[in-house]
Amino acid sequence: MISPHVLPSTLHARLALALAALAVAFFPAPTSLAAPTDRHIHLEASRFAYVPAVIAVSPGDRVTIEFEAADVVHGLYLDGYRLNLIAEPGQTARLTFVADRPGTFRFRCSVTCGPLHPFMIGKLSVGPNWLLYRAIGLSFLSVIAGLPLIKRQALRDTP
Amino acid sequence: MRYDLIRLPLLKPLLRSRWPQLLFQIIALGGFVLAILAGLVGTPVGNHNFSIVFVWIAWWALLMLIAVPLVGRGWCSICPIPVPGEWLQRGAVLKPSGRGPSAGSGRGLSWGRRWPNRLRNIWLQNGAFALVALFSAVVLTQPRVTGIMLAAFLFIAVGTSLIFERRAFCRYLCPVGGFIGLYSQLAPVEVRVKDPALCVAHTPKTCYLGSDDGYGCPWQVFPGRLMKNTYCGMCGECLRTCPYDNVTVNLRPFGADLQHPTGRRLDEAFKAFILLGSVLAYSAVMLGPWGALKSAAYAVGTAAWLGYALTFLSLIFGLLPGLFWIAVRAGQVFARSNTPTRQTFIAFAYALIPLGLAAWIAFSLAFVFANLSYLWPALSDPFGWGWNLFGTTSMAWTPYLTRVIPALQTLALLGGLMWASATVHQIAGEQSPSVGHASGLSQSLPVILFCLLVTLALLGLLVG
Repeated sequence: MISPHVLPSTLHARLALALAALAVAFFPAPTSLAAPTDRHIHLEASRFAYVPAVIAVSPGDRVTIEFEAADVVHGLYLDGYRLNLIAEPGQTARLTFVADRPGTFRFRCSVTCGPLHPFMIGKLSVGPNWLLYRAIGLSFLSVIAGLPLIKRQALRDTP
Repeated sequence: MRYDLIRLPLLKPLLRSRWPQLLFQIIALGGFVLAILAGLVGTPVGNHNFSIVFVWIAWWALLMLIAVPLVGRGWCSICPIPVPGEWLQRGAVLKPSGRGPSAGSGRGLSWGRRWPNRLRNIWLQNGAFALVALFSAVVLTQPRVTGIMLAAFLFIAVGTSLIFERRAFCRYLCPVGGFIGLYSQLAPVEVRVKDPALCVAHTPKTCYLGSDDGYGCPWQVFPGRLMKNTYCGMCGECLRTCPYDNVTVNLRPFGADLQHPTGRRLDEAFKAFILLGSVLAYSAVMLGPWGALKSAAYAVGTAAWLGYALTFLSLIFGLLPGLFWIAVRAGQVFARSNTPTRQTFIAFAYALIPLGLAAWIAFSLAFVFANLSYLWPALSDPFGWGWNLFGTTSMAWTPYLTRVIPALQTLALLGGLMWASATVHQIAGEQSPSVGHASGLSQSLPVILFCLLVTLALLGLLVG
């Protein structure tokens, strides 16, 4: 027999969970307090790898990438910013942009450079990766989401 | 809750007729042969060769993002690989010759041997998938290797059809078939009988043995006892051979097969670990920023590759199942369950099916949309010989949807985790129905923690 308290408690739990999920998903991320600076990054590409493969800057930074290809022609396409840069071997290509979109973005080779070309990937972090942090929070909530169901069934089974 | 799709006008004649299926099979076979030829004689540059672009980007996208989640083994019904062997085996391209009740068993070129009893499982498929996965960095980037592999699939399928009865290759050998079969349990479509009692009483079993109207089940399944999609190739033969119209195609809730506690097996459980481990490894190797790891996976035969191969095999056959076993055992201790650990281990492994499919979808989203634009030049110039058949050869590479892909990947992974958690709770309820839900929850938590850790690892690799 279903307890008269089951439905409200389950509903309250679900409502609280939904609100928590909304808060985790959409609560505005804190803005960076650091003053924007000029960042110069020397990036070398060779045989399916970028060095450094992971770059971190702050939101608002004016970023200059000096891009050098060590072996064959390589490219650098930056997801999210849709910027493209190509470097001939032995020559340095430059690109300057303002990192005004926070988040973590892949950059990938845009010129066919060999068999593993489609997998030649690097990473640019502009401030904290809030998508990842939110996803981690939502992962825990996803797991908890199952618990009210258990509670409801447990109470339903109570004579 | 089921909806009989056969009630829809036109669908029944479309499914019963052999012509639409044959048309799709011939188109797919044409594409498959072109992929083999392009791989063998076309340009060695992978992203300009039809074999790589068509198979590993276009077909993969179709399979992982649409076909498997929505129609399960629907692809198997038009897959070109077993088709030539099946034609030879049957001695016919379209339908049985109409020579009595055994017409549907085929009168073509085949010894018609039974597949050995010891091998009536998917361990060979598991091994085949692990083997292909081990060389994936080469297979996915070298057209010639892809061409040789596809040709080998075709020859093995033909050879198997000539020696063994029915679709032994699909059922017991095809590495992709095992993959699709496991995840087809989640699809919202199924082929089932309306009244199983009618099937039990009906003799002869035309759905299994065949008739003038169609062939006996190529997948060696008796539709009257079909409970899961795993081994139903959705070929439609039973729709054609049932004289009572007792077979139908249902629309059903996603993941309905996971509700059945019967028929769970260790080989299928390991398939779940192999697939989950493979997608973790692929995410790191193909989509991660680690050049040394990519080079190690590619340099087959070197010490670096051996290290990669050992790590990969340890992950899929040792680490993941080992951690999962510890989680299952811990849950049993917490819940004071007396159920044999092996049985509980197998049962809970089925909760990894939604998690695994979500992980493959998340991986494929990034891989496919970053590289899909290679398809347009490859269609115009499949061999990379400078052709321009459709005027698209000079279309530049452009990654699609890069701004939204991380969010879509996150949604897929979170959905998979939620689904896996719900499945763990359900399986815990089946495992210990008498111990109460508090114990069920105790038994669930370590397994859910395992699913959570895998999801966090995937999030770190894909959107981190």
